[in-house]
Amino acid sequence: MMQLTNRSKVVTKPEMTWVEKLYIPAILGGLQITIKHLFKKKATVKYPEVQKEFAPVYRGMHVLKRDEQGRENCTACGLCAVSCPAEAITMDAAERQKGEEHLYREEKYAAKYEINMLRCIYCGLCEEACPKDAIYLTDRIVPSEYTRGEFVFGKDMLVEKIDDRVDVSKRKKEYSI
Amino acid sequence: MSVIVFKAILVVVLFLVSLGIAAYSTYAERKIAAFLQDRIGPDRAGPFGLLQPIADGVKMFLKEEIIPTLSDKFLFILGPSMFMVTTLMVSAVIPWGLPLDIGGEMFALQVADVNIGILYVLGVVSLGVYGIMIGGWASNNKYALLGAIRASSQMISYELAMGMSVVAILLMTNGSLSLNHIVEAQGTGKLYGFINISGMNWNVFYQPVAFLIFLICAFAEANRTPFDLPESESELIGGFHTEYSSMKLGLYLFGEYINMFISSAIISCLFFGGYNFPGIEYLGTILPHNILSIISVLVLFGKIFFFIFFFMWVRWTIPRFRYDQLMRLGWQVLMPIAIVNVLLTALGITLFGN
Repeated sequence: MMQLTNRSKVVTKPEMTWVEKLYIPAILGGLQITIKHLFKKKATVKYPEVQKEFAPVYRGMHVLKRDEQGRENCTACGLCAVSCPAEAITMDAAERQKGEEHLYREEKYAAKYEINMLRCIYCGLCEEACPKDAIYLTDRIVPSEYTRGEFVFGKDMLVEKIDDRVDVSKRKKEYSI
Repeated sequence: MSVIVFKAILVVVLFLVSLGIAAYSTYAERKIAAFLQDRIGPDRAGPFGLLQPIADGVKMFLKEEIIPTLSDKFLFILGPSMFMVTTLMVSAVIPWGLPLDIGGEMFALQVADVNIGILYVLGVVSLGVYGIMIGGWASNNKYALLGAIRASSQMISYELAMGMSVVAILLMTNGSLSLNHIVEAQGTGKLYGFINISGMNWNVFYQPVAFLIFLICAFAEANRTPFDLPESESELIGGFHTEYSSMKLGLYLFGEYINMFISSAIISCLFFGGYNFPGIEYLGTILPHNILSIISVLVLFGKIFFFIFFFMWVRWTIPRFRYDQLMRLGWQVLMPIAIVNVLLTALGITLFGN
């Protein structure tokens, strides 16, 4: 038959010889392979004690950032909610009152900010949409809960603590337009 | 100390040792499985996970006891009990070491030196089929019944080849069926009649084919991979113990590990000289008798542990046989080889004397 390419191979299935039919050499070979694995380096990472480092692009639990003076960056513009493909983000905006300048950076802030962690697909589009450097996905793991309702994280879970800042320098990107 | 008291103590010790070894076999199985697959295995309960068997045992006891409504309750409970009893009974005839010297009296480290030792072993082992068969039947479940049928036909088929391979050994010890005699014969005499290493006159050097057949049959008898069809999880959801829960399931699983321990002991006794080891005569001249006895027990256990390891090693090497392949191997391959082996052995003994 004419061959279109020279990549085809003729497959042959030769009769097994008498020794091969005994299967014993093959079994011994197999045993040799398995015993070699007994002395190999183990692939296991003992999780709670040893933690693997996350890749810099890892997208875990969100954080709402504060600026250097501890004021919340978020102005409740809603771009994150609009960009969210899973529609996981909702928020209520409020106007900053007199005397709250140390709490919120801009005149408008998010009175309520909720992310449904079960809806979220951790794509990071909210982070890219944010014009105010407010929301970032971090290398923290979302804690497990017992009920669905508990997965709707409010500001108490999302806004970083003043004395316990979350480092997002790995995720900060410089954009050139 | 009277003989009865000593035997009673020995029985209790053997019982506890069997259970302990079975418990830690589960741990060893998981560890070895893990190591052979480049994992670590259980390491949370205690140092290196050494308390894992205890945790597993407690879990087994605390599980809910379920007896299916449509099952035969008496037989359902009888099955696992019988399996356990038969597996434990075999250890009675195994010589565990040289006699102990207590207050000038010699006590054999063997519960019963019956003169039909190996026949007793084969008999009791085949009784073990009843445990599986009764359990599978009483469950009133298709999978359990299929598993039980597979188990019984497999065990009965492989018992024949097993018995035939043992006959070759019996011919070499002038037809004595006593395990004690078989082990003692391997401790005396020169290997092949001229290599003079004391305690090294092991049957495996004379009967490698019989050993191989016995080993394969032991795998089949203990329902271990590659012959674990009766309880193949992927096809039969556990086979004969599908309906079992709590400690009744525990008894089945435990019985299996005891089975493995006992088969390893019998393989060591029949083919690897039991408690004999090279240099036993020399050590006998320089060490007190009791210490030599203890060393001999340890040597036997070393051999047993090696075979238990081998059982697990093979489990993670060879995939499961298909059912027809299993039957063909048993009846058409092992059986004829075993018979030819017996004939050749008999011929050799008649022609060349001993």
